[in-house]
Amino acid sequence: MLTSDGVPTPRDIEKIRPPDEIRRERPLVWVECFQEIPCDPCHQACPSGAIVEFEDINDIPNVMHELCTGCGLCIASCPGLAIFVVDESEGPDQALVSMPYEMLPVPVTGQMVTLLDRSGRPAGRGEVVRVRNPKTFDRTAVVTVRIPASKVDDIRAIALPGGDVDAK
Amino acid sequence: MSAGIALFSGNHLHLSEVDFMEKELRISEHPVLDFSPGDKVQFWFEGEPVTGYLGEPVAAALHAAGIRVLRYSRRLHRPRGFYCAIGNCSECLVEIDGEPNVRSCITPLAEGMRIRRQAGEGRAIADS
Amino acid sequence: MLTAEIIVVGAGPAGLSAAAEASHWNAGVTVFDRDATPGGQLVKQTHRFFGSRAQRAGTRGIDIIRILLDEIGERENARIVSGADVVSRYDDGVLGIAKAGHWFKAKPERLILATGAAEKTLAFPGSDLPGVYGAGAVQTLMNVHGVRPGQHVLMVGAGNIGLIVAYQLIQAGVEVVGVVEASERIGGYWVHASKIRRLKIPIFTRHTILQARGKESVEGAIIAEVGGDWAPIESTRRELSCDAICLAVGLSPLVDLMWQSGCSMSWISELGGYVPARDPSMGSDVDGVYVAGDAAGIEEASAAMMEGRIAGLSAAHSLGKVSDEQFGLRAEEIGRELANLRSGPTGEVVRRGLSKLERAPRNSQVLVEGGDSRC
Repeated sequence: MLTSDGVPTPRDIEKIRPPDEIRRERPLVWVECFQEIPCDPCHQACPSGAIVEFEDINDIPNVMHELCTGCGLCIASCPGLAIFVVDESEGPDQALVSMPYEMLPVPVTGQMVTLLDRSGRPAGRGEVVRVRNPKTFDRTAVVTVRIPASKVDDIRAIALPGGDVDAK
Repeated sequence: MSAGIALFSGNHLHLSEVDFMEKELRISEHPVLDFSPGDKVQFWFEGEPVTGYLGEPVAAALHAAGIRVLRYSRRLHRPRGFYCAIGNCSECLVEIDGEPNVRSCITPLAEGMRIRRQAGEGRAIADS
Repeated sequence: MLTAEIIVVGAGPAGLSAAAEASHWNAGVTVFDRDATPGGQLVKQTHRFFGSRAQRAGTRGIDIIRILLDEIGERENARIVSGADVVSRYDDGVLGIAKAGHWFKAKPERLILATGAAEKTLAFPGSDLPGVYGAGAVQTLMNVHGVRPGQHVLMVGAGNIGLIVAYQLIQAGVEVVGVVEASERIGGYWVHASKIRRLKIPIFTRHTILQARGKESVEGAIIAEVGGDWAPIESTRRELSCDAICLAVGLSPLVDLMWQSGCSMSWISELGGYVPARDPSMGSDVDGVYVAGDAAGIEEASAAMMEGRIAGLSAAHSLGKVSDEQFGLRAEEIGRELANLRSGPTGEVVRRGLSKLERAPRNSQVLVEGGDSRC
């Protein structure tokens, strides 16, 4: 549970999951921010108006998924690293998940990585298909990994290499 | 920096401190930060040569060399290291070049410094 | 003796913001800071800040320093003196300052105290062992000086500092063996908890540390669950192997200069300890003395920056640098930002503290009983 160990429950996730009708059409944002905290950079970063302007800085982000293009610019802007983009448009079996990554070494395209769920449990392996790390992302890389479509609700992190991030 | 282990493999270093040095303590690469240390300098701790970087806090240089016990407390002679690392708490007092009660966490390292653990209110251990 | 229109003590987020604001209104500002380089505790904040645009949300703390210094650096009427420790304020408003083994005096027309905070600690057997470090100390060692505190670290405290530093430890290549929190709820933002939990860091809520084990330095930690009465449950004792223990158990305002100045001080636990009385302009109840940032009550750095702005603006206004109208507009603008930061559920503790402080008796005269400090 979020309050006791930082892991959102399926009921929490239910509140932020994009509508089923459009999930097969294009990549969409999952804003896994469940607490009213004073913070709005995700709205500032959103070029399509999908993350609606905050009335109160403490509001939980209000996402209009119909407007989301899945560009992922919000991912690196989130101080809480709580934003993911899931692309289920590739077909019924595979999906792509884009995650923020602030460790070293940054995975490279084509690399197979171990994937973790929201509580850090191993949830399979996947291939890195894209790594975005431009200057504007300010040292938060956005890594896109191909995963089984059945795992889109679960996979939310890339395991640290060998439990040892001190790799050269 | 692995030299730190070799230099202190004698009776200075307790087993726990060897474990503590199982891996390099200096960060060589960091996802957000770039470190630009000063020149490498040699200094002395309890008479043994140690290397560190010019201008870094004495406590940081000692810590990176695997040395965490900076003094012994006044009454119970318990080992003490730094606590706040920003000059507030005075847990990290050492003797430097004969001067006791120096806050090692905010004192920049210089070449050739002679540093001793402090006992009690400032009498260096070597003199006792 | 050195004189200045405004002297700011402390070059952290509050002090730099105060200097930036006051110098913008053409007040002559000198900032004294005891550290070798300005920035206060921003120098180790590698994470992106929360808040909104006015608080540079989304920017890393380490980069906010540069933004504030650039703003101050543009102006000839502001300067920062590093390595200068303001250690005293006398009844005639003269400050005593120690710098590089020398001592000098300075007298400002207005004084802004933005002296920050000190880390609290926790007493348990072994808590004095080398290897038991404040969370801020660990950040300094690791993020400023590039040295890991150990290889396997236990974090005590799941407030924002504990959670953020746990994440930063992982970034530095350190194993975090767990985060221990006596309360049943995580005190920090849940997003900070989620991001370390995803990397498999256990968060032990309703647990406490009983002992740091080790002879000359930390070799392990004994933790246990706590019951409804906050007492540890013996049968749940277990040892975690670690070579450092990091205490993130809160901050206390550094208020020595406020006591010396004769400010009314009240113990407000929600704000971290003794804090000075202050009005909405961040003026204390001593003429010409303003307060800002953690020294005025522990909050997030984003709030400290807004308080610094208000203090700088108010000091400049009281010197006649800002028209009443301009002052009113700007004060309202910053005040609204600050109120917004505090308005949500996570600002509840601070709001309660501030409201207690407002109702606390003014006691500045207690300090001068039997004498008159103004003679």
